[in-house]
Amino acid sequence: MKKNKLSPAARREQNWAYLMVAPTIIGLVVLNLWPFVQTVYTSFCEHLGFGHYRFTGLDNYIQMFQNAEFWRATWNTILFCILTVPVGLFLALLVAMLLNAKIRFKGGFRTIFFLPMVCAPAAVTMVWRFIFNGEYGILNQLFGTRIGWITDPNFVMISCAIVAIWSNIGYDAILLLAGLQNIPKTLYEANSIDGAGPIKQFFTITLPMVSPTLFVVMIMRLMSAVKVYDLIYMMVEETNPAVTSVQSLMYLFYRSSFVAGDRGYGSAIVIWTVLLIGLITVIQFVGQKKWVNYDV
Amino acid sequence: MKNNSLQTSKTVNTVLTYVFLILGAVIMIFPFVWMILTSFKTVAESNAVDPVVIFPSALRWENFTEAVTSLPFLNLYANTALMIFFRVVCAVLFSSMAGYAFAKLEFKGKNLLFGIVLVQMSLPSQIFIIPQYQMVAKMGLANTIFALVFPGIVSAFGVFFLRQTYMGIPKEIGEAAYLDGCNQWQTFYKVMFPLTGTSVAALTIFTAVFAYSDLMWPLVVNSDLNMMTLSSGLATLRGQFSTNFPVLMAGSLLAMLPMVVLYLIFQKQFIEGIATTGGK
Repeated sequence: MKKNKLSPAARREQNWAYLMVAPTIIGLVVLNLWPFVQTVYTSFCEHLGFGHYRFTGLDNYIQMFQNAEFWRATWNTILFCILTVPVGLFLALLVAMLLNAKIRFKGGFRTIFFLPMVCAPAAVTMVWRFIFNGEYGILNQLFGTRIGWITDPNFVMISCAIVAIWSNIGYDAILLLAGLQNIPKTLYEANSIDGAGPIKQFFTITLPMVSPTLFVVMIMRLMSAVKVYDLIYMMVEETNPAVTSVQSLMYLFYRSSFVAGDRGYGSAIVIWTVLLIGLITVIQFVGQKKWVNYDV
Repeated sequence: MKNNSLQTSKTVNTVLTYVFLILGAVIMIFPFVWMILTSFKTVAESNAVDPVVIFPSALRWENFTEAVTSLPFLNLYANTALMIFFRVVCAVLFSSMAGYAFAKLEFKGKNLLFGIVLVQMSLPSQIFIIPQYQMVAKMGLANTIFALVFPGIVSAFGVFFLRQTYMGIPKEIGEAAYLDGCNQWQTFYKVMFPLTGTSVAALTIFTAVFAYSDLMWPLVVNSDLNMMTLSSGLATLRGQFSTNFPVLMAGSLLAMLPMVVLYLIFQKQFIEGIATTGGK
């Protein structure tokens, strides 16, 4: 039975509740909900300048799907995910396992691995640009190569992926470490009496037990990889001829919307990115049944 | 005999663990060391390749002076600090209130309103940027501190995160306060809010680091060099000194310094804070 009349106390509680959620809800409606609706609408419009729009139907989308630069940006974004997420997660899990061993200076190592997390991408990419510099960079000197790491279209994506992995490894490792610490020690003890080696232990105990955490970290990492912008923007400026080989969807969005001023087209790119994120999320949640272990 | 070989393999494992960790730590720390070393070099030293000059021949502070004269660093520090301060205050205040209401109070439309919070969290922030920018521009508030704070006035993630914290506090504590004559507001800010210290600290750190790193919004909304943040200011420096690496390194160091110092002082809070907010 649903109560129609609230008691005075319940009514007072309700009024306080509305008062307390009001700033958040008003803020979300003004700052997020309404802008979301507007972006969907302007993706069907031509921007006439100064925030004025004219409805043009599917023009932006047709233009987008016929544009080679757009498809290249989509592919670059997917490639960036493929290059950074699996390798990054593998290395982060390795670091987490090493940090989970009985070692000294654990805190010190943790501090060092986590350090890139508190440095703005704008600042750390600056030194990577120097390290990767084709003429003066230390990387080429170290390996005796002459590779234009951030000017050669064949290498620029790999260079950005390396910086991304380096930046996130400590953060992911800390999250995975928390997952590893929840695995009961007795599981390993019982297993090693049975004569299982460390590699077998990894696949029979560690990986299944840590898989729920790994899944969460993977989703988070994928989401941020699809939205990558700042790192690539700082590594590869617009005037760099290699920019088309590494430009992500959000980089293209920034250039279209705020450099070229074509906000209708920019909106269409964002909507496309949201659809891509949705698709990846669905694939992940379907795929997780095959490898994520929630029984334990 | 068997015991002995077990012992040896254990020692080998420990040694390997240290070798990998030290190798990893060197790779992680090298860019920072290289940044510091380069910031004191002359351009000739930083560009020397045969052989590479590792240590600067003197501590040349000129690079820092040049970075400070080409970028209004005092303004950048102040703008960044003010943006972080207001975003943190808004996030903590509004998210605490809403988080408490969603966790502990009964009201009509609760699920629908919480749905708005979840929708915001699942959409990428870029989808809001163009309309948000147009609003700021229409109000004539581009190139202000308000513009920098604007998208961060409410934090859907903060609401979600603090709601979970409040749900973890036993109902009886609130009820006891209520029976003692506190109204809902007093129960919230005198009794419940003080119990959420750890989560509020985590949200503060999360909000601060996120705002500090953010690049697209400050670049879009504040084009006046004096109103930029450290991040967007550095992006400008990149174009200005494309090959003068010592000055670029000095500028980057100056931009990184405040957050790194805070991190080294509050390591535990930073790592735990970001780890708890990260597993969202």
